[in-house]
Amino acid sequence: MRRIAVSKRQRHHGLLCIARRNQFSRGCPPRTRRLSQKKSKRSGKGAFLTFIVLLLPLLGAVLAPSLTRLFGGKSGWLLAVLPLAVFIHFLGMLGTVSEGEPVTGGFDWIPSLGVRFSWLLDGLSLTFALLISGIGTLIVIYAGGYLDGHPQQGRFFSFILLFMGAMLGLVVSDSFLMLFVFWELTSITSFLLIGFDHEREASRRAALQALLVTGIGGLSLLAGLLVITQATGFNDLSTLLGSGDALRSSPLYMAAFVLVLGGAFTKSAQFPFHFWLPNAMEAPTPVSAYLHSATMVKAGVYLLMRLNPVMGDTAAWETVLPLFGGTTLLVGTLLAIRQTDLKLMLAYTTVASLGLLVMLTGFGSDLAVEAAVLYLIAHSLFKGALFMVAGLIDHEAGTRDVTALGGLRKAMPVTFAAALLAALSMGGLPMFFGFLAKEEIYAALGFGSGWAALATLAALAGNSLMFAVAFAVALKPFIGAERKTPKHAHEGPVALWLGPLVLALAGLLAGLASGWVHAGLSSPMASAVAGRAVEITISTIPHIGMPLLLSGLTVALGIAAYLKLGALRAGMAGLLAAIGWGPDRGFDQFVRGVLQASVGVTRVVQNGRMDFYMSVTFLCVAAVLLVPMILFGELPVLPAFPDLRFHEWAVVVMAVIGIGAVVYAKSRLVAIVSLGIQGLAVALLFMLFGAPDLSFTQFMIETLSVVILALVMTRLRLSLSDHRPLGQKLLDTGIAGACGLGFGLLLLKVTQLPFDDTLSQFYNAYSRSIAHGRNVVNVIIVDFRGFDTLGEIAVVMITGLAVLALIRIRAKPDAGKTREIEQ
Amino acid sequence: MEAVLSLLVALFFAAGIYLMLSRHLIRILLGIVLFGNAVNLLIFTNGRLTRGTPPIVPPDLMTSAGPVANPLPQALILTAIVISFSFFSFLLVVVYRAYQDLGTDDTDEMRVAEPADEAPPPMGY
Repeated sequence: MRRIAVSKRQRHHGLLCIARRNQFSRGCPPRTRRLSQKKSKRSGKGAFLTFIVLLLPLLGAVLAPSLTRLFGGKSGWLLAVLPLAVFIHFLGMLGTVSEGEPVTGGFDWIPSLGVRFSWLLDGLSLTFALLISGIGTLIVIYAGGYLDGHPQQGRFFSFILLFMGAMLGLVVSDSFLMLFVFWELTSITSFLLIGFDHEREASRRAALQALLVTGIGGLSLLAGLLVITQATGFNDLSTLLGSGDALRSSPLYMAAFVLVLGGAFTKSAQFPFHFWLPNAMEAPTPVSAYLHSATMVKAGVYLLMRLNPVMGDTAAWETVLPLFGGTTLLVGTLLAIRQTDLKLMLAYTTVASLGLLVMLTGFGSDLAVEAAVLYLIAHSLFKGALFMVAGLIDHEAGTRDVTALGGLRKAMPVTFAAALLAALSMGGLPMFFGFLAKEEIYAALGFGSGWAALATLAALAGNSLMFAVAFAVALKPFIGAERKTPKHAHEGPVALWLGPLVLALAGLLAGLASGWVHAGLSSPMASAVAGRAVEITISTIPHIGMPLLLSGLTVALGIAAYLKLGALRAGMAGLLAAIGWGPDRGFDQFVRGVLQASVGVTRVVQNGRMDFYMSVTFLCVAAVLLVPMILFGELPVLPAFPDLRFHEWAVVVMAVIGIGAVVYAKSRLVAIVSLGIQGLAVALLFMLFGAPDLSFTQFMIETLSVVILALVMTRLRLSLSDHRPLGQKLLDTGIAGACGLGFGLLLLKVTQLPFDDTLSQFYNAYSRSIAHGRNVVNVIIVDFRGFDTLGEIAVVMITGLAVLALIRIRAKPDAGKTREIEQ
Repeated sequence: MEAVLSLLVALFFAAGIYLMLSRHLIRILLGIVLFGNAVNLLIFTNGRLTRGTPPIVPPDLMTSAGPVANPLPQALILTAIVISFSFFSFLLVVVYRAYQDLGTDDTDEMRVAEPADEAPPPMGY
């Protein structure tokens, strides 16, 4: 019975699976898993629930403006229920996923193209989903307090929930198309959020910059995904991940690699694309904490981790990723030292952390993968918290300049506690989750080879500088003598300190209860990234060894750097001033260059001179007529001397004289009369060659034209001769002559080819028997092609109305004046 | 016969286009009239030429007995003549009104939509 219940489609998949299993050793387990799930009724329900849960943030985005209108800043608490529900739903999957069994589901989206709306929740996706929804809950509450009373708060909630929906979609996507769509959606929502304060030019610039950099990266990713599909034939992640070496051994690997990196490096702000991330700090602080440290900027890292099992383990992967990652790490920390703005300091350390993550992902050992996973989780927690602290200080004290802040510990004790806890994790001190990450990093890198030693040194330098920055942000504003700040600082409302405190405490608790965290989150995630079962065992109890030694060295160097921060900052400032140019300035030059180039092109192409447009148009006409004819040797043969009768020659000569006179006429009357001559000649030609109807119509029309033209010309004081300079005359003659030649040759060629008159014969044969008319031309017009004639009459009528309107309706330039006088 | 008419059509096109390349609207208008006639003759010659005999069925027959002129291009041209006349009259009025409002028929001086010294767009964001 059960076998019968399996639908045709599923059976089709089953067959495909068997076929693929023959091809690749590992077959396609995700498909079979999906198959078994579809059979059971319960997981079908679960899949529907997951779909609804994915839509929840989008629902929130719709509701947010009206809720905010009703409840103001308090609506943050209400709206936070939605991400919390998402968080709880994904928490429920933790058991299944941590046993190594991914949760998948979905439905057909575009069946004709084989596109599905499908999700894949393994350790990697689930950890990301939990971070996004968990931190998202806190951020929504925080934003409620941070932007309390802001007239646009509803819009802000809407955007941030929209982003949450996009980001969730991105990390759970199984099909490539979905992945790309959500990827670009996060770029677009990021654009909206950075440009939230759209009345400031700096905001607009930052928003546009982020959109351009990440948007172009997104297109690169799309190309990369298409290349992967081309290379392997798969268009979703679950089958790709089960395909083993299919991608690595493909000749298209290199192209896919470069294109995917284009997407990942721009999104995750790797050097030299790092410049957009610090500028994105123009956004309100909740955005910086959420998008630009905890979630969105990790999308690039997510992608690299996701593809590590099928793209990693190659020389290119293990060279390029550590190289760019390491450079980004060093550049990021050095630039962070230079800053005095709390948010900018954090932003540059985020750049550095992303570099570290990329370096670890590309290092190519299980231990490095574990380190990357631990650091990613730790970073999301402490950096989110520190950003919120920075925003809180800004909100309460009115400045974020670290040199202008001091002694806030008494006024803001809770904030101080949260900041300190987060900084301890960022600095990698024992008991905190950051410590585990750091130990694992040093254990993974080691001094095995020159390459590894270089990476270790980069990590050591980066980590100690990040240590210094962490405490500069979390300690400097709170200790020392109290400083006068623009606002009188005091502790913020619960909504503002709840988020940082919870995240900072989470960093501590995760460190203490590392066994549970590893079992639930880190080990499944590391297994998904490595592509095989990996178990993380590191705990907060220090083990004597190289990693601990390096950790101690990091702390010592970090403290030294913290104490000498002023001198280091001055040194970096001097160095940057000496260099003078950076990619950020380059972006301005690029945009300006594009603008100037387009202005230049427009000036040439759209120069506002009609004769120029006409010349170009007719040049093209001549080229289209003549070039193919000459290229393909289709020129007509030279005709024999025509046997025209005398009166026929006379009419032709008359037409030629008419044409010549129109062109050369110096006076208006001559021109009009000559126009009449050529028209008359055409009418006579029609008459001679069996077209009396045409001849009659042409006579009437020509007469009318001449009369109307003569009437209008008497009202215009215009000289007819057009004083073209000689060069212009020659050019125009050339273009006109070429066009004429083209048309003439075309006509000659066509008339030399055999003629198919089936249609004409049809009209001749049936004109009388079907349509009961003897004049075949008239029958065609009023009967066979009656609707065409109706259209023609409509055109004539519309023209008549337009002419009437043009003559009757006039702008009255002084109408406004008279009204003013009357008043 | 077709060869002579091809030559004539070429002349019509050349003259029409030469006039349309002028900067003066009134000459462009004359060019358009020539151009219209050129197109009509092109279609006419395309359908091959037959001397005399128009496509009219004699009163006592159901179809014409001998060869007659091709009726199809004639039907097309009949429509085309009327449409080009509408076009011509519309353009004539547009030229007339443009002259009234702008005081010129020189296209280089008609720069309401595309001013010659248009300021560049703002270079900011």
